[in-house]
Amino acid sequence: MGLLSDPNRRRALINLLTRLNAPICAVCYIAGVAWFMGLAFEPFTLRTYMSENAMGSTMVEERFPAGERALATGREFAAHKKRAGGMPVDWLVKTMQSRGLEVFTQKFSRTLPFPDENKERYMVKGTNVYGILRAPRAPRTEALVLTAPCSPGDDNNQAVGLLLGLAQYFRNQIYWAKDIIFLVNEHDLIGMQAWLEGYHHTNTTGIDWSPLQGRGGSIQAALSLELSSDIITSLDLVLEGLNGQLPNLDLANLFYAFCQKIGVTCTIQGKLQRNDWDSVSGYSHAVQTMMLMVMKQASGRPWGDHGLFLRYHIEAATIKGINSFRQYKTDVTTVGRLLEGMYRKLNNLLERLHQSYFFYLMPSLSHFVSIGYYMPAFGLLAVILLLRALDLWVQLATPPVRTEDGIADLEQVTHSPPTIKLIPKETIPEVLSVLTPLVISHLTGAALYFFPIQFQATAVEHFPVSESEAVVLTAIAIYTAGLALPHNTHRYILTPDWRVLKLIAVLYMAVLLGCTALINFSLGFILALTLVPMAAFITPHRPKVLSAFIMVILSPACTLLFLVFFFQDLQEIPVSFEDGWMLFLSVISQGILDHSLYGSLVYPLIALMVYPCWLLFWNILFWK
Amino acid sequence: MAARRNIPVGLLFILCSLTFLIATNTHETTSTSEHPDKAVNLPEKSTETGGQTTEQPAVEERQWEPTEFQEETVNDAAAEKQDATPPETTTTSAGAHPKDDFQEELVIRPLQSGDVYASFQFRTLWETDFMKGNKVSHYRLFPKSLGQVISKFSVRELHISFTQGYWRTMQWGQPFMPSPPGAELWVWFQDSVTDVDGTWKELTNVLSGIFCASLNFIDSTNTVQPSASFKPLGIGNVTDHRFLRYATLPREIVCTENLTPWKKLLPCGSKAGLAVLMKSEKLFHSSFHSQAVHIRPVCQDSECTTTSWELRQTLNVVFDLHTSGQGKREWSLFKMFSRTLTEACPLASSSKIYIDITDNPQGEQFELTPATHLLSQAVVLGDRRTFSVYDLTEANTFGSMRSLNLLIRWKSSEGDMLRPLLHAERYVAGYGLQTGEIHTLMYNYHPFRSFPILLLDSVPWYLRLYIHTLTVTSKGKDNKPSYIHYQPSKDRVRPHLLEMLVQLPPNSVTEVTVQFERALLKWTEYTPDPNHGFYVGSSVISALVPSMVAMDTNNTKERPLFSSFFPCKEESSYFVRIYTEPLLVNLPTPDFSMPYNVICLTCTVVAVGYGSLYNLLTRSFQIEEPNPRLAKRIANVIRRLRGVPPLA
Repeated sequence: MGLLSDPNRRRALINLLTRLNAPICAVCYIAGVAWFMGLAFEPFTLRTYMSENAMGSTMVEERFPAGERALATGREFAAHKKRAGGMPVDWLVKTMQSRGLEVFTQKFSRTLPFPDENKERYMVKGTNVYGILRAPRAPRTEALVLTAPCSPGDDNNQAVGLLLGLAQYFRNQIYWAKDIIFLVNEHDLIGMQAWLEGYHHTNTTGIDWSPLQGRGGSIQAALSLELSSDIITSLDLVLEGLNGQLPNLDLANLFYAFCQKIGVTCTIQGKLQRNDWDSVSGYSHAVQTMMLMVMKQASGRPWGDHGLFLRYHIEAATIKGINSFRQYKTDVTTVGRLLEGMYRKLNNLLERLHQSYFFYLMPSLSHFVSIGYYMPAFGLLAVILLLRALDLWVQLATPPVRTEDGIADLEQVTHSPPTIKLIPKETIPEVLSVLTPLVISHLTGAALYFFPIQFQATAVEHFPVSESEAVVLTAIAIYTAGLALPHNTHRYILTPDWRVLKLIAVLYMAVLLGCTALINFSLGFILALTLVPMAAFITPHRPKVLSAFIMVILSPACTLLFLVFFFQDLQEIPVSFEDGWMLFLSVISQGILDHSLYGSLVYPLIALMVYPCWLLFWNILFWK
Repeated sequence: MAARRNIPVGLLFILCSLTFLIATNTHETTSTSEHPDKAVNLPEKSTETGGQTTEQPAVEERQWEPTEFQEETVNDAAAEKQDATPPETTTTSAGAHPKDDFQEELVIRPLQSGDVYASFQFRTLWETDFMKGNKVSHYRLFPKSLGQVISKFSVRELHISFTQGYWRTMQWGQPFMPSPPGAELWVWFQDSVTDVDGTWKELTNVLSGIFCASLNFIDSTNTVQPSASFKPLGIGNVTDHRFLRYATLPREIVCTENLTPWKKLLPCGSKAGLAVLMKSEKLFHSSFHSQAVHIRPVCQDSECTTTSWELRQTLNVVFDLHTSGQGKREWSLFKMFSRTLTEACPLASSSKIYIDITDNPQGEQFELTPATHLLSQAVVLGDRRTFSVYDLTEANTFGSMRSLNLLIRWKSSEGDMLRPLLHAERYVAGYGLQTGEIHTLMYNYHPFRSFPILLLDSVPWYLRLYIHTLTVTSKGKDNKPSYIHYQPSKDRVRPHLLEMLVQLPPNSVTEVTVQFERALLKWTEYTPDPNHGFYVGSSVISALVPSMVAMDTNNTKERPLFSSFFPCKEESSYFVRIYTEPLLVNLPTPDFSMPYNVICLTCTVVAVGYGSLYNLLTRSFQIEEPNPRLAKRIANVIRRLRGVPPLA
């Protein structure tokens, strides 16, 4: 800072930064990407370790014996489910009661803003059934939750069976210090949302639910169980929750520790851990695992029933049983023992999980990258925007002078201390004139946010499409219509200097991406990856057609399209272009649904902030 | 935790010695005074009570001799001798000297859920006067440690309870003696006490020692003076709540270390009578455990010509069907307590076991062995209940085996849930660490009667209640409380106190909500485990619930102990007190794990970043004129001396 208070040195520094601006930006970008790719390289990452002492040293013994009986219960549940054509509420209530739980039900209903074609639902009505195992030693102050969704078809019957089996086994133990709530939720996330809102007596999404009759105090941790076969080959851990929130890393550590102890194959993102980090394929495997996590987190949607717990500061994860063609098989008793061990350790907790990291990425289940390591990657990208802003600021501050009059120019700079005074008087209305494109692009963003759902009825009337398609196509239409904006706005701008607009746009983008990355690193980083180079180098003097093409390619919607393909590719289910396009459409509709059903913030963020910001740059490109 | 237990050794010694004294009053002791310091703690005998019984002189003589380590052998001897000569001694002494009386009883109620509820009550009545500077120094059945507390601190009524677990009203019905989870203490002082707060502070510390509990954590921040909820239960018409103090410690954990001193207050200790059943490994292997001590002055007769002090020790425990009973609906004394009964306490004037057989008049629900022909009816909690009675003072109760092991065996496993007339629950709504809302739900299940309840809420200061958001609704309509007493909190000094008189409409749910803001504490004020959360004690709901049968308003009539605790003023309703669950609330908590990092980072940012930025923004920079050459400076000096303007 002493450097800056010396005018000569400051001038030198600024000269350096402005002269070498483009190369520095390029270097920063490359360094940022390289840093990010380096995160998956095992020597650069930390091994996971249990931070919570209450769960670390005390070993527990797992004795759950009744896997076969749990499967039988699961089959019985399946039969009753088929007979009832949905949730077998009465049977569940009776079964839970006979296992000595206090049983309660909750009814809920929700009308979706438009029909969900993936899950084929529009007006949703359902019932959650939950039983509370009262801890003998605690006065209903703390609770743990185990949930299994009641899915349509033949899915998840084993999970419900195991849940009931565990309930029966847990009920006969004396050591519980926290109430345990066994919840079977209908309509997966919608039921879960209703139950959580009922439990905490809030209403953030306008769902109708009947009040809960029984509670167990503040919930400390939750696990959601998905199990669809009698025998599994591996267990998969799902961590990504609503808005990219993650549970405390200790929950993942706990799962990993017990998988190791009991000898169950465990995966994250469906990827096994590999030990050959020094080979190219081993490294690329780690990169793929991490990229999957980044993309799932960036999507901001709950990737399992656990995802909604995180809003309430309840550490939660989903455990999925996978049955593939691997050799090594695990039976349900073993899964039950694993869950028993995890619950006993969670029961030992004195405080809620808080010792370990809340912000991390996992290139494998045994390694993690903490926020301190991944933030520099984003920082290197974000600094490009600041450098460009500085460059523009200096350009604006220096009135265009003849090159031979360099000395006079310098004197003028040095004599007038606060640089703001150097802006000529007439730029003040110019700054105001920048408001026009700002306001117009934000109005377009607002239209993109509000119109698709508002005008779905009109769209369905006039075009031969379903409601869901209508919403998505309206959104795409508005998005594309926004590209015509420059032809409408340029005439209102009085004394155009594109650099003022660009300066504001660049700073706006820096703030926007910075805030996003703090909340959801993955989303911020992916947006920065595509938007920053575009923002850095767009000027009205570039070749119009080529630049326009590049800009469209780098726009948020196209980024999303690429990510859909990339995601499918990483999951080893490559799709053709048509399928990918359909997937892209459904991802958009899911994003809108996630927003209105669970309060995911990605869609409003893109529509109301990122897209208008991108439009500003589009404006600059077509400046006249 | 060990550091929290404040155990005044001397008081314990008093207790031990006293137990010993009472148990050995018919026996010779050989004295080896290895612990002379203990003898010093023993009471000085005054002559006024000397002639009470023929045995007294003997007791007095031995008073000075007893020592700690003899206790075991002597008590064994006592037990043996009592076995040989069944309790004529006690009955005669109780009959001849009604001034001092001890009763014990155990009520067992098989619950519909398959669990079983056992409630012990021990009552010591003593016709004496602790008040008016009366020096009482001769103690027989009444524990001296408590007697001294009463006289030293001018206590009029004292109620203390320690509870582990939560009473499940919806499954178990109403308890005979309600208590909140954790520790609860409420005391009425005599109106002669001038510094009530100071006395209260001292009293809690002394009780903390007597009961080996953390009652010394009671201070002004969790003490309140309820204006209406806690009326004196004994005689006396002083109802000025300046002399009342009420405090709960919801976090207090109850364990054997609290049970042992409690047992030592009994005249027979745990050596004889019902108290032999109290084995801590069984009592704490249960889903509910509550022990309490209640001291109050009561009337001896209906005219109330003489008063006496009543000490009631109660212990309630619920054994769980699944964890203690291995899922079998079959209970016996041995299964519950891992002991059987062989005798009554020799000092007890009455020693009985009651088994609730109201739901089982023909023996169709469960089977009770050994059978008894003695039946008793009592009106308890607004209902007429029938009990099988086992009188332990009669030898034939124990049968030929000379031991009593009651067995209850269910015939069917069907059971309906109990539906108590009054039920309440409480929870915290909302998410995030800034605000929240406390919801208290009160259910009136009576089909056609409405009744009033008094709700008492004591909320710590660090939850800042927004009292303007207080709403009371029943059946969707606003229910205006007829009486509200609210005392706002003062930060770090006293808690919020909210008392309301609300009428509960028939068959309805009444919801009381109030919003609060979570305070950010000073960093030294956080507990060692701040992420666990902070406790808010139970709400207390006191109600007069419409009774099914006429209640007995004559409070001095001889009745089973469990039905005679709360005085009854009118026939049509009975008094019930229920407690809601305590709350666990998370407060905004700094990350204590890296204070050093945070301090370093903050200091660096402030010192370097902010400092120089501030400099840049506020200072004006100017190019300095280059220094004039030396020759020019000298020339200027000369010019100044000459009075000529200097060179530029």
